[in-house]
Parts: sequence; structure tokens; C-alpha cells
Amino acid sequence: MAEQQHKSTRKSDETTDQVEETEVDVERKEKLDDDVDSILDDIDDVLEENAEEFVRSFVQKGGQ
Amino acid sequence: MSVRRVQGSEVEYGIAVKGQPHANPMVASTHVVNSYAAAHGLTRRARWDFEEENPLRDARGFDLSREVADPSQLTDEDLGLANIILTNGARLYVDHAHPEYSSPEVTNPRDVVVWEKAGEHVMRLGAELAGQLPGAAPVVLYKNNVDNKGASYGAHENYLMRRDVPFEAVVEHLTPFFVSRQVFTGAGRVGQMQDGSVHAFQISQRADYMEVGVGLETTLKRPIINTRDEPHADPKKYRRLHVIIGDANCSETAIYLKHGTTSLVLAMIEAGFLSSGLALAQPVTALHDISHDPSLKDVVELQDGRTITALELQGEYLRQAQEFVAREGSDEQTDDVLRRWADVLERLARDPRECERDLDWVAKLSLLESYRDRDGLDWDHAKLHLVDLQYHDVRPEKGLYHQLVRGGRIDRLVTDAEIQAAITEPPHDTRAYFRGMCLTRFAADIAAASWDSVIFDLAGHDSLQRIPTMEPLRGTAEHVGELFEQCDTAAELFSTLTRR
Repeated sequence: MAEQQHKSTRKSDETTDQVEETEVDVERKEKLDDDVDSILDDIDDVLEENAEEFVRSFVQKGGQ
Repeated sequence: MSVRRVQGSEVEYGIAVKGQPHANPMVASTHVVNSYAAAHGLTRRARWDFEEENPLRDARGFDLSREVADPSQLTDEDLGLANIILTNGARLYVDHAHPEYSSPEVTNPRDVVVWEKAGEHVMRLGAELAGQLPGAAPVVLYKNNVDNKGASYGAHENYLMRRDVPFEAVVEHLTPFFVSRQVFTGAGRVGQMQDGSVHAFQISQRADYMEVGVGLETTLKRPIINTRDEPHADPKKYRRLHVIIGDANCSETAIYLKHGTTSLVLAMIEAGFLSSGLALAQPVTALHDISHDPSLKDVVELQDGRTITALELQGEYLRQAQEFVAREGSDEQTDDVLRRWADVLERLARDPRECERDLDWVAKLSLLESYRDRDGLDWDHAKLHLVDLQYHDVRPEKGLYHQLVRGGRIDRLVTDAEIQAAITEPPHDTRAYFRGMCLTRFAADIAAASWDSVIFDLAGHDSLQRIPTMEPLRGTAEHVGELFEQCDTAAELFSTLTRR
């Protein structure tokens, strides 16, 4: 939820006509953060459930 | 001077049966291989021919007796496990407790990428089909090397070399190179030590499992330089350098650079071009130390007392390769490898994160760090271990490597069309063409095959007929392509070949 709000705030910033340079930097950083958040969101969607159990049960016999 | 050289790769995949942690991995692996074979018309399942295999032959010039060998070193005994040859010339089989895909022989690093990636698809399909067997649970495969509980399985490289190069020279010059090349070949791992008991990230999956400098073993006391001497070719002319130190890479750039740079170093060793002076004081310790330092700033000690970083060591090899090329000339792919090698080393030196679009360990670390930042996770957190493992899941919808590629966050090197074709078609420029075409055209008449032979079972012949393929660069499309066009039956092909 907080993530959604964060994104819409950024969008309204983009539509502001007069943006000072420092704000551009902040915006770029926010965009990067948004990017990272969206990767993690995508990955959260596909990560196996119950990480602890899943990782514990991955036991292999040695190979070469 | 070229990256061109007969080479290939073998990858053992981690295997899990969903919801059945105690499922027998040999049975599950066998299902993967046999399901693939059955679905692709390889019903006769031409068997692997073991006649020329000598897993106990040592490059240093002696044979280990079978009595003192560990049972896991005996790879040439058919244990009744699945073992087939594909129409692309590859071998798909069960090795110990893992399904393994050995690529067909190719002539250059870029083709290694194409046919190794084709193997990922073969594995994905095999697992998918195995999961559809009556009563079966889904089978999941991982292109990685560790379970983080002590077990490791390999991703080997093979390079054909001139036999007359002294093996001491190979050991001297390859050891510092192998110890340091992990800065771009590492696949990244959450956990240090073989059992993962130290909670920290490291660059390489395999580093902690290498315990000695030089040796014959591949399953215990694993060496930086493996001395197995089975050339699968004319032993008077060739040796096959069997490399066991590498990680299983998902990144195409990493596979390409791993094979490309190693091919160049071998060319320099064969030419006697490399200067001495980079011998490490303690190679195994240096290998572990470098892997445990993702900042790439730590130094390791040379025999002469100097200290040097992994990137500087690689820089030394790069510099000599550039000099060698300036003297000897090169070709397009060689120039490309050199350019990328230099570029990657430069960016790694500036800030390793600059390589997150190119290299597995950097892409994985970047993802892990993002999770740590967002969720405040320590390195022992199960979610980080899961991200590490699932990065290597071969299923496009689940594998995190695939997810990053789809999101445009990792750069590709080859095309999907090339990989798709390589799933069924052999390379045109090695003997794999002959083997693959025999399977494509006459699968029902092939009793067995191996790297250096194809064995026919022909009507009208009492015994099996063996066609040796001891020369890796014969049996190419250029040599025998027309023959396959002219012959409608295996018998015709065989009689034409033996009449010559």
C-alpha cells in the first residue's frame, strides 16, 4: 500500500513544470528505488513459499 | 592466436522432487533423462559406449588402480542408469545422483554458450515431462553447484590441447589464472565453508570445495587442476584438459568469458609465451580468500613474497594475451573476448556493481543486497538462501535469473532462435555433427555411441559395427554433410563410409 502511494506521489512530481536540479537528483534516486522495489515485488511473487522449510529440504548427494 | 579450440561443457543439475525431500535422486534423475528420450523419439535409446573411457588415467603419466579408487571415481561402469545421446550430439545421463548434460564438442566459446543453454532447455523439458508421469510429483532442477549443507556437484569444462605441452607448464600457468578468474566466472553463493556454516556471501559456488592444488579426483579432495587424462581422441596428439573448478553459470557473458579467456591462456601455454612469476604461495587458500571477498580489494601472496589482488592477477593474463595477439594476429571472436575481458576487469575495479547486467555473482549479490536493505535481513536469513537457490531454477517462470532477463536487467549474448535450433541440431564443425546426424536420421539403427565412436546395429550384420571418430575435427558437415543427403539408410551410410 505504502508502495502504491509512493509511486503516485512521484508521478505528480513529474508533471510539475518547474523542477530544480536538486529535485531532479532526488527524483532519479526515487526512480531507482522504485525500480528496485518493483524487481523485489516481482520476485516476491515467484519465490517459493515457506523459505525456511524449502531451503532446509534442499539436500543433495555430492557429485563430481 | 585464437579462442577457437575444440571444447565443451558438462553440467550436473541439482534436483528436487516437490514435497518429497527424501525422494531417491537417482530415480528422479533417471525419470528426467528417460522422459526426455521417450518424448523425442529416441526410443531405442542408443547407449553410451565406454570402450575409450579411462577415468583413472592420470595426466601425470600413471593409472590409479581400480582397487584403491573410490567407487564414485568409477564413471565408466554402466550402472543401469539412463544414458543417452541426443540428436544435437550431446550426452544426457545420470551421473551419481544428478542429471547431467554434456554439450557436443564445439570449436569456439560462443558456441559453448549456445549448446550449453540448449542443455538448460533439455533439462527443463525432461523435468517437466518427468513430473507428468503417473503418480509423480513435480521435479525441479537447479543449474547450480551446492546444497549449502556440504554437497557439491560439478560444472566442468573441457578443452582439447596439444599432447606435447609439458603438464607442469599447464599447472604453473593455469593455477593463478583459475584461482583469480572467479571474479567473472563466479555464480555467487550465500554461505561460506563447504557446509555454509559461516553466514556471509561469497563470489564462487565451487571455491570452498577445492581442497588441493593438483589431482585426479573429482568427487573428493577436489583439485584446482584436475589431471584426468581421457582425451576421447588420438592420445598421441591430444590431451583433454578437464576443468572442474568452474561454477555453473546462468549468465551467457560469464559462460562466454570463462571459455574464451581459458582458451586464450591455453593458447599462450601451448606457445610457451607466458612468463613465470605469478605462482601463488598458497593457491588453495588464495582461491578461498578471493571468493570470500566480494569487494575484490584483498590481496593474496605470491611465492616471491609480493602481494597482488585477483583483478591484478587477471590483468597480468589479459596484458600478456593482448601482447600475444599483437604478435600473432587474431580473429573476430578473439578480439571480442579480449575487449569484454578488459571491459569487465575495468568495471569490476571501479565498482563491481557495474557488472550486475553481465555477471552472475554481481547480479545475485545486487538482488540480495536489495532484499537486505528493504527487509533488514541478516546473511543467515532463509529468504536470502532461497533467492540464492532459486536464481538457478531452470523454469523460466520461477528462476530468478530468467526473471532478471525478462525484466531487461541482464544482457544476453546469443539469440533464442540459435538456442532453440541447438536443442535438436548438432554443431556443424566438429565430429558431433556426424554423431548427431546419425541419431537424427538413423536412431533405430544406432546401438551405442560415445565421443569417439558410433556403433551401428545393422540388418544383415551378425555383429555390431563400430565407426571410430577419434579426430574431433572430422565428421563435420563439410566432410560428411553430402553423405547424409545421399544415403537413405544406415546400411548405405555404413557401407559408403567403410568403402572409402
